[in-house]
Amino acid sequence: MPRHLLMLNRITGANGRRLLVAVPLVWLALFFLLPLLKTLQVSFTTAQRSVPPYAPLWGFDDTGFFTNFTLDNYQLLATYWQDYIGPAGNSVKLAFFSTLVCLIFAYPMAWWIARSNAAWRAVLLVLVMLPFWTSSLLRIYALIGLLNPNGFINAMLIWLGIIDTPMRMMQTDFSIYMGMVLTYLPLMILPLYAVMVRLDDDVIEAATDLGASSVGVWWTVILPLTLPGVIAGSLLVFIPAVGEFVIPALLGGPDQLMMGKVLWTEFFRNRDWPVAAAIAMLLLAILTVPIIYARYQDGRDDRDADTPTGAS
Amino acid sequence: MTGRVSLPVICLGILGFGILYVPMTVMILFSFNAGKLVSVWSGFSTKWYASLLTNEQVLNAFGLSLFIAFWAATIATFFGMMIAIAFVRFGNFRGRLALSSLSSAPLVMPEVVTGLSLLLLFIGMESVLGWPAGRGVDTIIIAHATFGMCFAAVVIQARLRDFDRDIEDAAFDLGGRQPFVFFSVTLPVILPAVIAAWLLAFTLSFDDLVIASFVSGPGSSTLPVVVFSKVRLGVTPEINALASIMVGIVAASVIGGAFLMRRRLLKSDHD
Repeated sequence: MPRHLLMLNRITGANGRRLLVAVPLVWLALFFLLPLLKTLQVSFTTAQRSVPPYAPLWGFDDTGFFTNFTLDNYQLLATYWQDYIGPAGNSVKLAFFSTLVCLIFAYPMAWWIARSNAAWRAVLLVLVMLPFWTSSLLRIYALIGLLNPNGFINAMLIWLGIIDTPMRMMQTDFSIYMGMVLTYLPLMILPLYAVMVRLDDDVIEAATDLGASSVGVWWTVILPLTLPGVIAGSLLVFIPAVGEFVIPALLGGPDQLMMGKVLWTEFFRNRDWPVAAAIAMLLLAILTVPIIYARYQDGRDDRDADTPTGAS
Repeated sequence: MTGRVSLPVICLGILGFGILYVPMTVMILFSFNAGKLVSVWSGFSTKWYASLLTNEQVLNAFGLSLFIAFWAATIATFFGMMIAIAFVRFGNFRGRLALSSLSSAPLVMPEVVTGLSLLLLFIGMESVLGWPAGRGVDTIIIAHATFGMCFAAVVIQARLRDFDRDIEDAAFDLGGRQPFVFFSVTLPVILPAVIAAWLLAFTLSFDDLVIASFVSGPGSSTLPVVVFSKVRLGVTPEINALASIMVGIVAASVIGGAFLMRRRLLKSDHD
């Protein structure tokens, strides 16, 4: 190839590279970062009857520069803490126990899949992937048909003569946990399975040969080796569960208020956008620690994966 | 690793699969119920499917959701591929930290926060730039493409990492140039991941209720928005029928996809 053409190729190559990075970077800055900053800004303004329904944070009028900066919305969250901070605590509590329940079911399920032969494993994996690809709204809807006072479970129990008045299952913590497990179980199983399937049989055999009981083997060998999967799966469940809206809205009652639903009500029902923005900021503040921890875990994997290619 | 699995593990496993599958199974069964009650069986009928297929509101929302999901997934896959290539191939480029933060944060952002903040941005933009004029199909596509590209990037990145660079280098040594090598060598190898990323972005867009509720305007109700408003009023056999159809489509695609992958694996084992 002639020399000047090679040069040209190199220049467009460098520009091409820059463009390849810049285009998605600009998009994400514009449609992800900027909206968050906008929300932060709106959380410091006051609501008013106008379009949009909040006062501008700053601007210029006849008297010159003015600002409407206020901490009222955050003060409101603190003053009416049982209406705002209460649901926040509730969200964390329900998300934490949902993660635990998911783990209790997902751990043996992933173990079962990982230890199965190839044919069974394929079947079981398809059974895990199927709900993963199905709309969670529709799966939760199906659960309502089961748990309703006149739903399938109550009808069966009454028909069998076990109970004579319908049990209350909807709008309880139980219905929330069922909804969470139904929605997030596949997200817990997949990272656990990924770790377990790489586990070396010889390690387990060695521990057994050295006289460890099956519980001992699990506690001293298997659990430490599968811990990365436990952490990854728990983060994948806990973080979205805290901000969940559909589950508390459709399965929960007044005692199962969660932040996602409070934000929704504030925005769509009360039309108080600044307060809704302040709730969004509170939700983000709660999730900061787990999100940064997830990033850190992810970054570690990233570096590990990069090490071999990093040299080239 | 394969081996014996103890009985308690299998029992818990079956219980877990039960939680995943019993609600959907009951729902599908009762979608063929002649009566309006969702718990009392009163004979086999397909009338709810028939009434669903004449429900204009549902059909329109279905078409709109397909349109939005198609374009959102296409944009998301395209951008996701760019992000993945940058991460795997460019080493320590300028803006790597910014891009990796911005492309991973949407994965863990609560949907209500994403939805609210995008709406606030769109309204702010409208008053400054005059665009977007109101909310509708275009704003939903932008919102879905934004989080979709982050998922797409993860899926494509994984495949690109496993990719044997020697094949690419060989193509360059033989005189291939960047775009040609990309389209004739790299793309065919990562194609399964690109398709998977597109399908994932499509599904995420098609199923999204929360973000669409914030950034849609009057007259642009997607299928989940319509379903949610109906579900709030109670369980109806018509939604049972709709959900059953959707489960059927997903089941056919997942099982079909699994078979295709198995055949590919078997074929590559033979070669």
